[in-house]
Amino acid sequence: MSFLEVKNIVKNFGGLRAVNDISFTVKQGEILGLIGPNGSGKTTIFNLINGFYPLTSGEIYFQGRRIDGLPPHKICALGIGRTFQVVKPLKRMTVLENVMAGAFLHTTSISKARSKALEVLEFCGLYHRKDMDAKNLTIADRKRLEIARALATEPKLLLLDETAAGLNPKETEEAINIILKIREIGITIIIVEHIMKVIMGISDRILAISFGREIALGTPREVANHPEVIKAYLGEAYA
Amino acid sequence: MISTGYKKLVVPTIVIIMAIALPFVIKAPYFQHIIIMIFIWATLGTAWNLLGGYAGQVSFGHAAFFGLGAYSAGLLIFHLNVSPWWGLALGPVISMVVAIPIGLVCFRLRGPYFALATLALGEIFRLVFTNWVSLTNGAQGILILNTFSTKIPYYFIAFLIWGISLIIVDRMIKSKLGYYFVSIREDQDAAESLGIPTTRYKMFALLPSAFIAGLVGAFYMNYIAFIDPHVVFSLSDISVMVILVVMMGGVATLLGPSIGAAIYIALSELFRAWLGSANVLAFGIIVCLVILFMPNGIIGELGTLKRLFIRQDKKAMVAGGN
Repeated sequence: MSFLEVKNIVKNFGGLRAVNDISFTVKQGEILGLIGPNGSGKTTIFNLINGFYPLTSGEIYFQGRRIDGLPPHKICALGIGRTFQVVKPLKRMTVLENVMAGAFLHTTSISKARSKALEVLEFCGLYHRKDMDAKNLTIADRKRLEIARALATEPKLLLLDETAAGLNPKETEEAINIILKIREIGITIIIVEHIMKVIMGISDRILAISFGREIALGTPREVANHPEVIKAYLGEAYA
Repeated sequence: MISTGYKKLVVPTIVIIMAIALPFVIKAPYFQHIIIMIFIWATLGTAWNLLGGYAGQVSFGHAAFFGLGAYSAGLLIFHLNVSPWWGLALGPVISMVVAIPIGLVCFRLRGPYFALATLALGEIFRLVFTNWVSLTNGAQGILILNTFSTKIPYYFIAFLIWGISLIIVDRMIKSKLGYYFVSIREDQDAAESLGIPTTRYKMFALLPSAFIAGLVGAFYMNYIAFIDPHVVFSLSDISVMVILVVMMGGVATLLGPSIGAAIYIALSELFRAWLGSANVLAFGIIVCLVILFMPNGIIGELGTLKRLFIRQDKKAMVAGGN
């Protein structure tokens, strides 16, 4: 029984096949990178795993349990957290309240949710922003807030969608550190990222997709040198 | 610690004592009537605010719940010769029961589509109660005899209902429910991804909201002693007006709806004398001004004003120190 098993998933949007027969497994404790050119279906795969979109066909198993068809909140309760590429802060709530909203998944007590949230904020380096309204955060802090909120739900598997996009080099470095810290506490991660420095450096394995199809799967080095990947990113001439 | 515990009780205690003394100080029935109407609107606004303000599900059909409450009380005496006061028990329950299918249908929609669906539903109730003459006596409405000849008992009942509605809403928003409601309002997808069953929690906001609206509707029947479908199911005078009242006082604030209600009733009484039915126009203009200059309503902007003053105080203290 693998930790997460994605079997032949297909997603059609009208006449467009956004995800075409993708299969992969994730081992507990690893970081799986997901790369591909814009519009290749990375975020769609996240939306399929987390239940936002129904599958056209295929199956998804998490810890041996079939999860496709479940609503997003149930999938979250089973232990799959996610962040959004286009960040979705709960704007008119403070940073602390945002994270508490996640922490309430496992408690009904305000004080327990608060202490859990504070712990997560400390972990993500957002503690000093806790009383700020989420709408006033910088993009870097918003990305961190996404992670913190998802962590507060105590996920076993975390889907990170471009958490380093739009960050400056120093912020990117900090983002990488947070991701590595998350792995250290035993959370499995699937990460979508365009910044090669990030994804090549931290992934154990990488799945490359193009036009909704798998083009390569393997270690970062294997994938980076794969002719199909080079073709997808740079065009025929470089492959 | 103990002193802060007492402090919390000081303001409510003063308010309660003043409220009890008020009808014995203000003896003119006319003014007592105005205060009762303020309580009615404050309660209805508080009910709407739970669903529309905190959970962000803007309902244009709250007249349905208010009207159902009113008719529950009215039809008890009309058909069964049972005291309409039992409507205070029956009305909220009927409103809640009816709210369940309404929620199941409307909560499939988001934002403006939800609002339009509730608007349509509210109108459906008005039309059904107008045309189902054998049950409702149609457009002729229902006329009952007032139980009390003075306003004072009504005043205390209205005050109690208002107090109960505030306690219900206050308890809810200060718990996990409140966090979940606001999360759903701010971003439904984010809320879902955090494990919040959004439809269920919207229902948890709708049911008490319908309950309170039904309760105050039943009281309205008993107090005014006459209802017809065009009054209690009115789109403009109830469903839309309650939204304006809450916006004026402060959406998603505990006391905003009550402040809005006080201003609405006071203004409409003031303007009624020389503007006639155009008094609503005056209120409308004031609401526009409030939205323009205080987008969070009167209570909503109090916080920012206060913060502004405190900051200035601190600056002044620093300056003094130097």
